Amino acid sequence: MTTSREGSIPLRSQQDIVASRQVVRKLSQELGFSLVDQTKMVTAASELSRNTLIYGGGGEMRWEIVSNGTRQGLRVHFDDKGPGIPDLEVAMTDGWSSGSGLGLGLSGSKRLVNDFEIRTAVGAGTCVTITRWK
Amino acid sequence: MERIPILQMGKCLLVTIQVDMQDQTALALQDDLAAKIEATAARGVLIDISALEMVDSFIGRMLASISGIAKVLDATTVVAGMQPAVAITLVELGLSLPGVLTALDVERGMRLLAARDADFQPGGGQDLDDES
Repeated sequence: MTTSREGSIPLRSQQDIVASRQVVRKLSQELGFSLVDQTKMVTAASELSRNTLIYGGGGEMRWEIVSNGTRQGLRVHFDDKGPGIPDLEVAMTDGWSSGSGLGLGLSGSKRLVNDFEIRTAVGAGTCVTITRWK
Repeated sequence: MERIPILQMGKCLLVTIQVDMQDQTALALQDDLAAKIEATAARGVLIDISALEMVDSFIGRMLASISGIAKVLDATTVVAGMQPAVAITLVELGLSLPGVLTALDVERGMRLLAARDADFQPGGGQDLDDES
């Protein structure tokens, strides 16, 4: 697995959620994703950016264009230093929410991407990584 | 913060969402629409989302809330023009917008509103239906 390009943006305000969607849209287009795949990746980014902001108290979105042999993909990390998620299994179920949301952010985003990884530690923060392959 | 304009056509309120909305803008639209329904005694609300390239759970919830609030205020809401890629993504995300009336485009949405309410006539009393 190699990374050809990478970058990051802060997730500190609501306007940054809009910016994260725009960045992911642009990269998905550059990679030649179909319109449906673009939309799925942008929607997942929107959900996860909002989680980082609201539940993680802010953080950053890092992206990289990755390549695995012949396939190219977009990998995006949503990183915060917030309270972490005590029970990951429960947090990954549809409808579970610690806040006022619908509880679709994590479980729903997972369905929209090819690879989904989450690392969290109570008191240390959460990092969600999603990848969509061309 | 940007605000989404609400147009009045007879007893119908028309909203066209053309910007990538911040969460706060979506919430403001919900409040503005409720106030406008009350002020104008509107019977129908038509929300055109054909320019929206993405509907996430927040915007989806906003559309469902508007529909619910309008219903309690005796108005019918139709969400019109969702792009197919957006519909596919929204359902996969886990939201199918139960209880929200939808139409393929604004024209069909208008007809749906007119069909549901004999009292509703777009254009302030003039019947604009082509077939009449």
